[in-house]
Amino acid sequence: MATTSISVAETPLVLYALRRADDALILGHRLSQWIGRGPTLEEEMAFGNFGLDLIGQARALYAYAAAIEAAGHDEDDFAYLRDAPQYRNLLLVEQPNGDFAVTMLRQLFYSAFADFYWRAMMTSRDATLAAIAAKSEKESAYHFSHAAEWVIRLGDGTAESHARTEAACEALWPFTGEMFESDAAERELCDAGTIIDPASLRVPWRARLGEVFAAAGLALPAPDRWMQRGGRSGRHSEHLGHLLAEMQILPRSFPGAEW
Amino acid sequence: MAGTGKTPTTPLWEVFIRSRGGLAHRHVGSLHAADATLALHAARDLFTRRGEGVSLWIVPASAIIASDPADAGMLFEPTGSKIYRHPTFYEVPEEVGHM
Repeated sequence: MATTSISVAETPLVLYALRRADDALILGHRLSQWIGRGPTLEEEMAFGNFGLDLIGQARALYAYAAAIEAAGHDEDDFAYLRDAPQYRNLLLVEQPNGDFAVTMLRQLFYSAFADFYWRAMMTSRDATLAAIAAKSEKESAYHFSHAAEWVIRLGDGTAESHARTEAACEALWPFTGEMFESDAAERELCDAGTIIDPASLRVPWRARLGEVFAAAGLALPAPDRWMQRGGRSGRHSEHLGHLLAEMQILPRSFPGAEW
Repeated sequence: MAGTGKTPTTPLWEVFIRSRGGLAHRHVGSLHAADATLALHAARDLFTRRGEGVSLWIVPASAIIASDPADAGMLFEPTGSKIYRHPTFYEVPEEVGHM
């Protein structure tokens, strides 16, 4: 590739903004991959809308990271000029789209969390983060509502849709634990009232999912199962590299290209 | 999207949007969805992407009773010769001002 990657000075707040931005960008990009492949036009538009919501959230967070890093990087540099080990997103959001059940369940797991998370973040002492949270919360609330309706119908639908949704849950569940983790850098921000502790959302998240799963006729996996981790510190599954290669090829091959 | 018939699993729904408070809901298009809830979601995702409205109505297309285009002559042409039904023939006294 023609353009080399940037190096980012990851102070706690920059790292925090990049983590949340990367979650939104990677999930948004995953959803954009449904365009042209949706089961119906209506649902394809829904995925496109969700993707745009998420990429919008990512842009706001990258812009904030750029402002506090103050190293001359912009949103595009963060998105296009970092390699997989520099990405800080959850492993959950980089998982491949799979079938409709996998995409919907991934959306349900993430949006059930994001909705609570951004709602709680509206009280952040950081005015920029509080404003981003207020916008993201409304978007996430709708993503959750939509994914929940679909998961109920898939679980409570045909034998085929039920089996596929169960399989999707089995595959994605180990990636859900990472959402509630934080490290020393984040705890510092927590203590300052800048961010909330995601661990506080574990119980309400599970309760909320329990309602959806009960209506869907699905069994919620046990809470103490082994969980994957690593995305927050750049140890990703093999899928992220492929996603980034596709997403970054143009700006890396033709720096500054406009169209 | 604007299919003429139904598929067994996703019937046709008609979408109406109120663009802002005080205005009537207006027909904007149609879509296919499995049930009323998903139809409402689809309407939101298809027809309100650019701030088009503040309220949505969804109606099963099968619930619409439509006039037959072949009857248009009988139904609508007789009114053409009755221009006196327009309120333009009344003289409003100056003192009334704007009505």
